[in-house]
Amino acid sequence: MSNTVLTIANLHAELRAGRKTGPGILRNVSLTVHQGEMHGLVGESGAGKSMIARAILGILPRSILISDGSIDCLGRQMVGLADSDRRKILGRDISLIPQDPLTALNPARRIGAQMTDVMRLHLGWSRARAHDAALALLNEVHIRDAEAVLRRYPHELSGGMRQRVLIATAFACEPKLIIADEPTTALDVTVQKQILRLLREMQNRHGTAILLVTHDLGVVAKMCRSLSVIHSGMIVEQGEVSDIVTRPEHAFTRALFAATPRYDRPADALSPVPGEVVRELEEKAATFDRARAGLS
Amino acid sequence: MGAFLLRRAVEAALTLIGVAIVVFVLVRVVPGDPIAMMISPGASEADIQALRALYGLDKSILAQFFIWAGHAVTGDFGTSISLRQNVVSLILSRLPATLELAAAATALAVALGVVFAVLGIMWSRRFPEKIIDGFNGVVLAIPDFIWALAFILLFGVLFPLAPISGRIDPRIEFEFVTNFYFVEALLRGEIAVLADLFAHGWMPALALGLPLAAIITRVLKGSLDQAMVEDYVTMARVKGFGRLRIVVGEALQNAAIPALTITGVQFTFLVGGTVLIEKIFSYPGIGNLAIDAVINRDLPLIQGLIVTFAVIFIFVNLSVDMMYALLNPRLRHG
Repeated sequence: MSNTVLTIANLHAELRAGRKTGPGILRNVSLTVHQGEMHGLVGESGAGKSMIARAILGILPRSILISDGSIDCLGRQMVGLADSDRRKILGRDISLIPQDPLTALNPARRIGAQMTDVMRLHLGWSRARAHDAALALLNEVHIRDAEAVLRRYPHELSGGMRQRVLIATAFACEPKLIIADEPTTALDVTVQKQILRLLREMQNRHGTAILLVTHDLGVVAKMCRSLSVIHSGMIVEQGEVSDIVTRPEHAFTRALFAATPRYDRPADALSPVPGEVVRELEEKAATFDRARAGLS
Repeated sequence: MGAFLLRRAVEAALTLIGVAIVVFVLVRVVPGDPIAMMISPGASEADIQALRALYGLDKSILAQFFIWAGHAVTGDFGTSISLRQNVVSLILSRLPATLELAAAATALAVALGVVFAVLGIMWSRRFPEKIIDGFNGVVLAIPDFIWALAFILLFGVLFPLAPISGRIDPRIEFEFVTNFYFVEALLRGEIAVLADLFAHGWMPALALGLPLAAIITRVLKGSLDQAMVEDYVTMARVKGFGRLRIVVGEALQNAAIPALTITGVQFTFLVGGTVLIEKIFSYPGIGNLAIDAVINRDLPLIQGLIVTFAVIFIFVNLSVDMMYALLNPRLRHG
């Protein structure tokens, strides 16, 4: 019995249109998350980090096809898993902390209903029992007057409060793995720090493994023990945070470190990451379009 | 809420005054003379003038309006010229039949519309969705009275399944206290009476409701389609909920708002549709009454009926506005 909760091996994903497949979105991605650890997945916009998160959850857009490789989560193969089997795992063993707390809660449903539904579905709890559990979870994420918050609608809460609610909900069924997809990107800078601290605190208490997807190497350096750096759909560097911070091997990682803003440097000393993911992708897409045009 | 209702009441009063003036003038300037409909051929000019004076039709339109309006504000809408009955009691005795028919048609339309929109989304991007869309397009193109005639030919003549005229079998011996037959039979638990009301009512209700059902299907399906890509829907998928639960439990309430708007607007067409449908099925409601009133140039009855229809429209619009707050929590307390 190994202590890994997530093993991604040689994952390839491609854009497809009809029977024709296009450029690789993910190329030979391998990644391991161990029990109870926080693993950082870092990369620029468009590098493919959210695609990895979506591939694990099985919510990739229809136009993206996993062409090769495997995603092993708690001994189950997630690639090609039947929908009915996947639904038993999602929410129960794997959960998600979304990027934008403002849109991730249903505006028409009360907070309480949106927190308890997942416990009632997977754990078969009664309304009353799930309600009590939701109260305890809200207390854990330091929301005062939890009873009243459960009766509120999302628009009555601030962005930071909503993200606290979503974090609490992610821990509701005591999952083995939580995917946090840029959990602070949509938040105010002053709130970001509190949310990260909260995430850390919750992880320590519950011992849940977390895959932290972010573009911010500074966040990973503070939060995670291990990390993977992704660039243009490929993992370019992987290992212990302490090793990589002191001796980054890949030029891209060094560039990412250089681009991380620091308070002890003047703002105009900002050095952007050289090269453009977007242009590379556009070139790939253009090639794909030409191939498709030739097909029709 | 109080201020909101007060504002709406003032708006409603102004609307009613406007409607009353327009209708009053219109029925008097269009060709056709109520007196000509009542006299026997060869009546003398003096008799005609006497009748004209009796009904006050010899006065100016302005004078006639103020006389009528003066009585109307006290609840007196005069006497029907053709039926020789009090207009208010005549309308009140026929109104329940129309309200029940319109309510049944709307309920059918909403039920069918929601079911087919949800089914269409369940089968999204698969073959059955195309069948629903195609069928819906056909239903959208057929007006209510064509359905009425088709039903009569199909279920009344070709396969005589159900009665094609009236509201209830006259042989049924049952003393109604009110004219809300359906509601009353339901409350008093009269199964046999209910069954007969159903047998008479399903064809006109379905004919009236089908065009609205098709509109609701199309609008609701479109807004459901948009709601299904929202982040909170993705969250529900990631929580492990099945597709039906997500469509009905997460997306439907948010998607219902545009559908409600269009239902409110189209409901006025549905009420207007009762005029023809009631005539086709000899259904004793105010629509049927309105056609007779127009044919007979029964001015007091026409005016009373138009005001009644206006009150119904105002009431429906008010209910639609209140339902927005029910569907969208962001509109409450505001």
